[in-house]
Amino acid sequence: MVTNVTNFGRSGLHDWLVQRLSALVLAAYTLFLLVFLLINPDIDHVRWMELFQQRWVRGFTLLALVALIGHAWVGMWTISTDYLKPLLLRFLFQSGCSLVLFVYLVWGVRIVWSI
Amino acid sequence: MNKKRPVNLDLTTIQLPLPAFTSILHRVSGFALFAAIALLLYLLQRSLSSAQGFAEIKVLLSGIGAKFIIWAVLCMLVYHLVAGIKHLLMDIGIGESLEGGRLGAQAVLAITLLLAVILGFWLW
Repeated sequence: MVTNVTNFGRSGLHDWLVQRLSALVLAAYTLFLLVFLLINPDIDHVRWMELFQQRWVRGFTLLALVALIGHAWVGMWTISTDYLKPLLLRFLFQSGCSLVLFVYLVWGVRIVWSI
Repeated sequence: MNKKRPVNLDLTTIQLPLPAFTSILHRVSGFALFAAIALLLYLLQRSLSSAQGFAEIKVLLSGIGAKFIIWAVLCMLVYHLVAGIKHLLMDIGIGESLEGGRLGAQAVLAITLLLAVILGFWLW
């Protein structure tokens, strides 16, 4: 089995699965939000807050956030291993992506937490 | 290996077949969305912060420039989603043939174009 220390799950098959499972979560969350906005064209702050105050919506948002981190990591990792051949450059790019995704995670948790 | 085999790696002289074009666009849209998440998180945070914050976001998004950016992000999202669904269908063995690949790529582009127009009407 080919392994690579920067793989998300230490194996390509695991990454493949993470990519697909997270894709399903993200697709469901995207459609959920888009449909909500479509059926509430004149949305106000109260209605918007009501949506995110529901426990399951907050849970769904956190799940989508975690799925996003995994999904984006596998995607950015794939891009970096395909196009960035010098190891230092690849390492810096992957480190930068990790940092950005970490910030997204903390930021997103803070948003859900402060509702 | 035959060292005299013809090699053409000048990408500017290679015309991408449609499935290759939709594939690289899937990747490009993913990269763009990676950056756009910051914008979406900012909008979510401000809109949920207070009634005033929500009103500010509403004013901000009524501007033509902001609307265009949101439309572009949503188009990327829709493209990535549609191309992703096609990917999952191919994972379970649907449309794996050469002809299926071409049809799938055409369908992805057609569906995205249609949804992009609908999104445009919805936003304006």
